[in-house]
Amino acid sequence: MSAPVATASPTTTAHAAPAASPRDGRRGAGGVLLSVLTWVIGLIFLAPIFFMVLTSFHPEVQATLNTPQYFAPLTLHGYREFFGASSGQSVWPFVINSVLASVISTLLVLALAIPAAYALAVKPVSKWTDVMFFFLSTKFLPAAAGLVPLFLIAKATGGLNQIWFIIILYTAMNLPIAVWMMRSFLADIPPALFEAASLDGAGLIKTLLRVIAPIAMPGIAATSLICFIFSWNELFLVNVLTSTENAQTLPAFLPSLVTSQALFLGKLSAGAFAVSIPVLIAGFAAQDKLVQGLSLGAVK
Amino acid sequence: MTAVQEKQTAVSSGVAADVNRKAKKEKWVRRIPLLPALIFTIVVTQIPFLVTIWISFRKWNANRPRLSGWTLNNFERVFTTKSTLLDLWHTAQLVLVVVLVSLVFGLGIALLLNRRFWGRAAVRTMMIAPFLIVPVAAALFWRYGIFDAQQGLLSGIATMVNHWFHPDAPASTVTLVSKHPLLAVEIALIWQWTPFMTLILLAGLQSRPGDILEAAAVDGATGWQVFRNLTLPHMRQYLELAGLLGGIYIIQNFDYVYQLTKDNPNTENIPYLIYKTVNAAGDYGLASAQGVVIVIATIVIATFALRTVSSLFREENAR
Repeated sequence: MSAPVATASPTTTAHAAPAASPRDGRRGAGGVLLSVLTWVIGLIFLAPIFFMVLTSFHPEVQATLNTPQYFAPLTLHGYREFFGASSGQSVWPFVINSVLASVISTLLVLALAIPAAYALAVKPVSKWTDVMFFFLSTKFLPAAAGLVPLFLIAKATGGLNQIWFIIILYTAMNLPIAVWMMRSFLADIPPALFEAASLDGAGLIKTLLRVIAPIAMPGIAATSLICFIFSWNELFLVNVLTSTENAQTLPAFLPSLVTSQALFLGKLSAGAFAVSIPVLIAGFAAQDKLVQGLSLGAVK
Repeated sequence: MTAVQEKQTAVSSGVAADVNRKAKKEKWVRRIPLLPALIFTIVVTQIPFLVTIWISFRKWNANRPRLSGWTLNNFERVFTTKSTLLDLWHTAQLVLVVVLVSLVFGLGIALLLNRRFWGRAAVRTMMIAPFLIVPVAAALFWRYGIFDAQQGLLSGIATMVNHWFHPDAPASTVTLVSKHPLLAVEIALIWQWTPFMTLILLAGLQSRPGDILEAAAVDGATGWQVFRNLTLPHMRQYLELAGLLGGIYIIQNFDYVYQLTKDNPNTENIPYLIYKTVNAAGDYGLASAQGVVIVIATIVIATFALRTVSSLFREENAR
């Protein structure tokens, strides 16, 4: 993991190794101090997550004590409550909605983005850069800007509080990122491979499935994970366009754990961490390509 | 013109047309895989925005469902309502403070992480983690687990430290959210966005040309000289990219403002305002005008962002 970013493309790997060397020479007290400083900063950034996890395993009474409670008894009470042990509000409909919204929208994104990326990288259409920048510019349009029409369209088509409407919006939200990422992955495949495939008489579909898919698999996986994360996290649209467990996702459900009648911090921490686990897994799995996804493919 | 000649021209123009038709067909064959994605994007993202512009010039309220004529009143209300202007100011403040602070932190941390030291992989993983917490989950924990005056960690640490010196003192309370709500939102956002900046800037540092750095080392350049004359110029476009992308994401931020400081007029930003205008007031005309305003603000940032992305893009394709 020493230079995961650089491994994304062979050209940068060649430079990356010597790039680090001038600074390695500096050992001694200063170097140790800098290393300790890096560790301290890392721990400071980790601290809120550490306390979130710690609190999630504490009984509500200890969770509410504000001084750090390292030695409080551990319990799964918070997680049981998050899954609705005493409130009776099952979390499963929201889990299912979240999974449906993020998985189906990701699959749709791939189905649209891979052929598009093919037409932008392998056999590029004329003015393909303009098309790329059109996709990118749609990503710069805040969701808030289209909210009124989306709300009215949802109302008119019966899409209000329906998961399929959310799926369509998430697909559009992630498509530009996927097109940019997939294009840069496909552009890395040597053109000779495609020529060979077409000489053998393979059609577009066959070329996509038999030639591109196997080579582009790591790229496709990274793209899917990043689209999954963005859909899983989304709150703004779901907050306006859904209202019940019929279509609400987990980010819309979480705030309901805050109650004025009883202690809730343990339950809330458990929920916050549980909801983040899929993102943590997906994020660490896609670590090498995370930068590329977050920068819309601009940085490798 | 003789009959033969006429025939020849007809044939050759026929061939030319045929070639032309073939080229055209080839062009369309190339376009076909692109079309579904392109059409889908236009329909779902561009058309609603055009409709937003249209509605922003209409009088349209959910309570009076009949469209009644054209008006500039919506925009007038956006720019004359004091609370809306305040919301614009909050939005600008959030973007500037969060982007600048996390860029500076990000650059510092990226420089530190670019050294080789024991546990580098572990620290790098720690630094990514904040970005992988669901934003609304993080916002809720900051609000109730960290900033809360009674049960929050900040009050707890203040109490703990205070008790080292005054064991009998009453519990301290840190009231950040009620006293400095915007600062509270900024701190939480900086925590989540510094990792983003760090990742992009680290990628930039690792793409510095090694041979030039080596030459500088051979020539006896000091660390500061290398940083000032080689690293910073090389990092400029990465700093721009990270800052602009961060700005575009943070200008749209809703989760933190909404969950950390619900119903607080002192932090309310434009996305939150639009949410309220649609949801509570049902004033579609006004909400659309607010939407147009935030797009104009975004376009200013986005124009620069597109320029930076395209320069990186051209560089990469030139390789």
